[in-house]
Amino acid sequence: MNETSDSIILDTAERIFSDLCGPQTVNEAEAGKWPQALWDALQESGLPLASVGEEWGGAGASRADGFAVLRLAGRFAAPVPLAETLLAGLLLEKARIPVPPGPLTIAPVVAKGAVAVSPAGLLSGRARRVPFARNAAFIALLAGRGEERFVALLPREGIGLSPGTSLAGEPADDLSFDGLAAARLAPSAIEEEALLALGAALRVQQIAGALEGILEQSISYAGDRTQFGRPIAKFQVIQHNLAMLAGEAAAASAAAQAALEACGKERIDVAALAAAKIRAGEAAGTGAAIAHQVHGAMGFTYEHSLHHRTRRLWAWREEFGNESFWAIRLGQLVAARGAEALWPTLAADL
Amino acid sequence: MTISFRFDPVSLPEAAKALRQEVRAFLRQEIARGGFVPGEGGFSREFSRKVGARGWIGMTWPKRYGGGERSQLERYVVVEEMLACGAPTRGFSTADRQSGPVLLRYGQEEVKEAIVPRIAKGELCFCIGLSEPNSGSDVFAASTRARKAAGGYRVNGRKIWTSNAHEADYMIALLRTSPATGENRRYGLSQFLVDMRAPGISIRPIINLLGRHDFNEVVFDDVFLPDSYLVGDLDMASKQATDELAFERSGPDRWIETFPALVELVRSAGENPDERLAEGIGRAVAQLMILRRMSISVAGMLEAGKTPMVEAALVKDLGTNFEQSLPDKVRLLAPPPQEDDPDANDNRFRAALRHATLIAPKLTIQGGTREVLRGIIARGLGLR
Ligand SMILES: Cc1cc2nc3c(=O)[nH]c(=O)nc-3n(C[C@H](O)[C@H](O)[C@H](O)COP(=O)(O)OP(=O)(O)OC[C@H]3O[C@@H](n4cnc5c(N)ncnc54)[C@H](O)[C@@H]3O)c2cc1C
Repeated sequence: MNETSDSIILDTAERIFSDLCGPQTVNEAEAGKWPQALWDALQESGLPLASVGEEWGGAGASRADGFAVLRLAGRFAAPVPLAETLLAGLLLEKARIPVPPGPLTIAPVVAKGAVAVSPAGLLSGRARRVPFARNAAFIALLAGRGEERFVALLPREGIGLSPGTSLAGEPADDLSFDGLAAARLAPSAIEEEALLALGAALRVQQIAGALEGILEQSISYAGDRTQFGRPIAKFQVIQHNLAMLAGEAAAASAAAQAALEACGKERIDVAALAAAKIRAGEAAGTGAAIAHQVHGAMGFTYEHSLHHRTRRLWAWREEFGNESFWAIRLGQLVAARGAEALWPTLAADL
Repeated sequence: MTISFRFDPVSLPEAAKALRQEVRAFLRQEIARGGFVPGEGGFSREFSRKVGARGWIGMTWPKRYGGGERSQLERYVVVEEMLACGAPTRGFSTADRQSGPVLLRYGQEEVKEAIVPRIAKGELCFCIGLSEPNSGSDVFAASTRARKAAGGYRVNGRKIWTSNAHEADYMIALLRTSPATGENRRYGLSQFLVDMRAPGISIRPIINLLGRHDFNEVVFDDVFLPDSYLVGDLDMASKQATDELAFERSGPDRWIETFPALVELVRSAGENPDERLAEGIGRAVAQLMILRRMSISVAGMLEAGKTPMVEAALVKDLGTNFEQSLPDKVRLLAPPPQEDDPDANDNRFRAALRHATLIAPKLTIQGGTREVLRGIIARGLGLR
């Protein structure tokens, strides 16, 4: 399938991020100031729910558009729950629950984290490290009763919250539900692993974008910074390090495309999504390390904006299943199919 | 700032999917009748002719030169299926990938008509004459001379590391026809077709560290080449020689060479490996899936008529580094050998791992070293 994206949506997103998502906005967000102007602009243009169907409250654009917006958000280190809102929207849409406006978030974001739902529809349990929970208007929850799975929609108000932060300094709050009633509850066709895989697909878009961002930053820094009488970009070792960073950025971008295709299908292709998250996670680690080395001490300051992207890369590679988690899953899948099926499996996605 | 590389998303056309099944059936049939042992690769003229008869050599070339006028993506599928099962493609792969396209693009008409259709039939094996004792990464330092003579050129000097020279019918050689100039050290080189049976050519084997004879030294002692064997513009071959590398650099052969070791690891792991082993397998498979996608994307860009030089270098750098690191990962993941249980699968595993370990060093040298590739990428990033 050839998924391409609409340049008008991307132009709009790029304009909004350029105007309203500078380094200062990112720093202020970490200090606790919700970037209302940025969020409002994104929402007015229908970007958070770009690829959710119109009848469910979205903009009805293609899956590729929604994902491309996330990639741009990654490039700009946008400190808003765009991925979480889209994921919540997709989960709700699938359960045929209309998606409310405003920033949303989702739980669980870890394996085996379903909250229990009683026959009377009351939710109890905990959800750990829920991104942007404190900023969300509503939270979409995958809840379980025995083998059955439900999607629950709740206003954030009223849920017990104990604040935490991610490596990137973004909210990652623990939530507790003790006998809360959902605003809406419907059976879910998606279970925990699929939800995790979809979340992973979105993180891969953000990782690819952030790697593009740090590649640009590093090339430009290496051209500006002079030592030993010439720009450090003229040293062969620096050139080779940047070439490796470009390779990681390119691999993450291929992973982003793989992830898009793997969840554009009727069924979610877990093997392809696992591969995408593993490779993008590796690229995040290797790429961030190179970018820091090229930036020297300057990149280790709070003032320089390199860490807006590198800290997010470190956070995102961990969320919705890290490299180890997905590699074990993928390895088990491959082993169960056997040696003779390895090549056909590799060649299956394209 | 804009980054000047991109990997366009691609999908394989339906025709390529059907073709994949056809190729698999052909390979199964060849293996079943003992035509080759899977995983061993190698050289077989008989196999070359069979593949040629199927129309799978020169698939993208014009029909009037014996080609199939099919897409780069279909060709990609054929190549990767052959390599994945370790078929003996060495007799035709160089000509299919590089030499044929170079002749079609730059060769003289009479040579094209005489030679290219025979490549497509699987009758001709080619080798590449770039490297010399004093010209490795610095390709443009080549000093093997071709001097103008009546009706042609006389060649003196030597090429080295020439894979398959002892099997090949022809070489495409980079030869010095004029001295380099002060302002352009790339000037003065020309590409020629060389008949490997011409008088004055002697071929000496160089045994590699596996104890095998794959590459050679080729000595030219006043070898005569007719005028019609000049390929492209006299003295101006540097651009053609680098364009050729875009074809060379991004195919499945740039990430798949140690793949058989992974297949055998999966076999010996059984259906239900422990988490450590599963994780290692999963990581390797993830790398392969993404590399393959990038490599297909370059094929798609070639199909669209682009020259994705930087993208091809990126794929080769990532791909060869991965395939080089794979044997060591496999080694450390493998369950320790059981002295009392010498089962056949395990032996197969050891053989594949040994082979992969021994070939690993060459993977980041042949066809342009890692350092040379990173230089090309850096240029693409505007750093030099
Ligand atoms: C298995 C195999 C098959 C081959 N088959 C063929 C063939 O069929 N035809 C053919 O023509 N050639 C062939 N080659 C040769 C191959 O193309 C050369 O080995 C390669 O181009 C490198 O040249 P070299 O070995 O002389 O190394 P050198 O160029 O001497 O390099 C040695 C080391 O120095 C590094 N280096 C060199 N210059 C620089 C620089 N400017 N900056 C940084 N580092 C640098 C290199 O990266 C490398 O690590 C083959 C090689 C192998 C291993």
